[in-house]
Amino acid sequence: MGSVLGKVLRVNLTTGVIAAEELSAELSKSFIGGRGLGGKMLTNEIAAGIDALSEENKLFFITGPLTGTSAPTGGRYMVVTKSPLNNVIASSNSGGFWGAELKFAGYDMLIVEGKAATPVYINIKDGDVEIKAADHVWGKNTNETTDMLLSEVGDHKARVANIGTAGEQLSRIACIMNDRWRAAGRSGVGAVMGSKNLKAVVVRGSGKVEAADVDKFKEHVKAAMGKIKENGVTGQGLPAYGTAVLINIINEAGILPTNNFQEGVFPHADEISGETLAEKYLKKKDPCYRCPIACGRYCEVDGVGSGGPEYETIWAFGSDCGVSDLKAIIKANNACNEIGVDTISAGATIAAAMELYQRGYVKADELAGGPELAWGNAEAVVEWVKRMGDTDGFGKKLAMGSARLTEAYGAPELSMAVKKLELPAYDPRGLMGHGLQYATSNRGGCHVRGYMISPEILGMPEKLDRFSLEGKAEWVRIFQDLTAAIDSSGLCLFTSFALGADDYANLLTAATGVDYTAADVLAAGDRAYNVERLFNMAEGYSAADDTLPKRLLDEPMPAGPTKGHVHPLDQLLPKYYEVRGWDATGVPTADKKKSLGL
Amino acid sequence: MQITVKLFATLRNNRFKIEVHEYPEGSTILQVAEALEIPKEELALTLINGISLEVDNALKDGDTLAIFPPVGGG
Repeated sequence: MGSVLGKVLRVNLTTGVIAAEELSAELSKSFIGGRGLGGKMLTNEIAAGIDALSEENKLFFITGPLTGTSAPTGGRYMVVTKSPLNNVIASSNSGGFWGAELKFAGYDMLIVEGKAATPVYINIKDGDVEIKAADHVWGKNTNETTDMLLSEVGDHKARVANIGTAGEQLSRIACIMNDRWRAAGRSGVGAVMGSKNLKAVVVRGSGKVEAADVDKFKEHVKAAMGKIKENGVTGQGLPAYGTAVLINIINEAGILPTNNFQEGVFPHADEISGETLAEKYLKKKDPCYRCPIACGRYCEVDGVGSGGPEYETIWAFGSDCGVSDLKAIIKANNACNEIGVDTISAGATIAAAMELYQRGYVKADELAGGPELAWGNAEAVVEWVKRMGDTDGFGKKLAMGSARLTEAYGAPELSMAVKKLELPAYDPRGLMGHGLQYATSNRGGCHVRGYMISPEILGMPEKLDRFSLEGKAEWVRIFQDLTAAIDSSGLCLFTSFALGADDYANLLTAATGVDYTAADVLAAGDRAYNVERLFNMAEGYSAADDTLPKRLLDEPMPAGPTKGHVHPLDQLLPKYYEVRGWDATGVPTADKKKSLGL
Repeated sequence: MQITVKLFATLRNNRFKIEVHEYPEGSTILQVAEALEIPKEELALTLINGISLEVDNALKDGDTLAIFPPVGGG
């Protein structure tokens, strides 16, 4: 039968109807699973123009064919829904163990529809699925909720995905947390869960996920494992320092966004680096299901431990806010995990608030006794994150994200976001390909839709001149397609430092029994990318939205190795549209759609 | 000539974080690394004044050289 189980669990919270349905084999084959399949099914099932926080929106928790198998990093799942942050398609990836457990319970995906009248949680134990009252955990943070629900179901091996107070308060940057500190982080997916009065999904399964060709699969898993171990990044760099090792690299290149992208060099970078984290605060590695890389960190400050912080998190609360106190950054990270808010958007929104304060838009008396929003104020990043779960006040304004915050003060240009989603930790003025990828990412400002840092900084799979425009449109397109395919497979994007399209094709073929070539894998990624593009266009998005914050297009980097550069996006976009098979206005052509079977 | 050398991650073990060293005129990245007993396979990423360059590139007086072993992504 293979690693695709062919089963969809659908729970309607309005009617209380719970149904197990058959998954279309045809869709499963052409979209693989995860991000691609979820995007296609969501497009089929919801009408354009609906309110993302209404009961008409649907929430997909969707795995890939390799989720729950013995493939390295095979624990990933995606949350696919319409984003309440920016109305585009949201597909947030998470690791941990929850996704694999859903497969063990017998389902490729869970689709949640409607809205419960009062707070509930869904309890899945193989074929037994119940909607249960959650009034007693509503208002609790994610760790406490996890503890209480695990006790309640009486099985501490069950896995919990839940929202904190940010999701309950419909924060547009709320995430869904699973296994305590793994996050489906971006695009405000936690608010969709909150809007449905769904506090948590607890899952426990007793089944196994078997490959269609067990022997072949074992062989390909062994080969993939070997490549991951041998690769310098996945075999040495990430295991030793986690993602935070990037702080010094990106700073040395003069593209570590500092003080809300006003500068690209942070003088205190070493104090917040992966090296310092490992020396002072790291307690242990914290790997996800079947992961040989183990980039996950577990750190403690003042006796309180939590997962992380990741590179992006350290940057967001660190240099982006001018903060050099790593201890405070870890506390801010822990607070994000507790209230369930995306660390990138939370930190970047505080950075935007600090610039609003610097320029006199936000006055001290609005802060109601909260810490001053001065650059470098470590207390501010910790305290203002905690207040993002508040029901009112300035914390509530922050919880709406930087686009809404800066608009409210008449200074939208201070939001360093694309399509309202805050940019992550790489200034595109020194990264021509990565900037193009930010502008064209289907969910907005995101680094994990086509990680051009790999060739432009790390030199993998080959070294590209980061300031050159030559060939960048082609590179971005291939990276975006391969990423979409990996996000559909159930594996972690980090495997792509060591594996290529052939490896994914081999694993998928042996696991599912469906023949995939490397070209099929890339085509499935292309298909997913176009489905997402079409979803966004139906919501009114156009080429005009494929852009970057004005600062990055017009204001040259003031100092450091990237001094004098802006991002010349208009010189790259026409070529990008061409290599994508889109017309000059960024619309997929009829031929393109036909070739993808759309 | 004087070169500011910055080392990162595991390369700091038994060496240093940042020091100014004297090298013969025209020394390459590789020659500096050899002087510091850093094996060639550990030179995953080498930047002169923030720009990534291959190890056979020559340094000039006053340059900053940053050396990273194989490291991660984020």
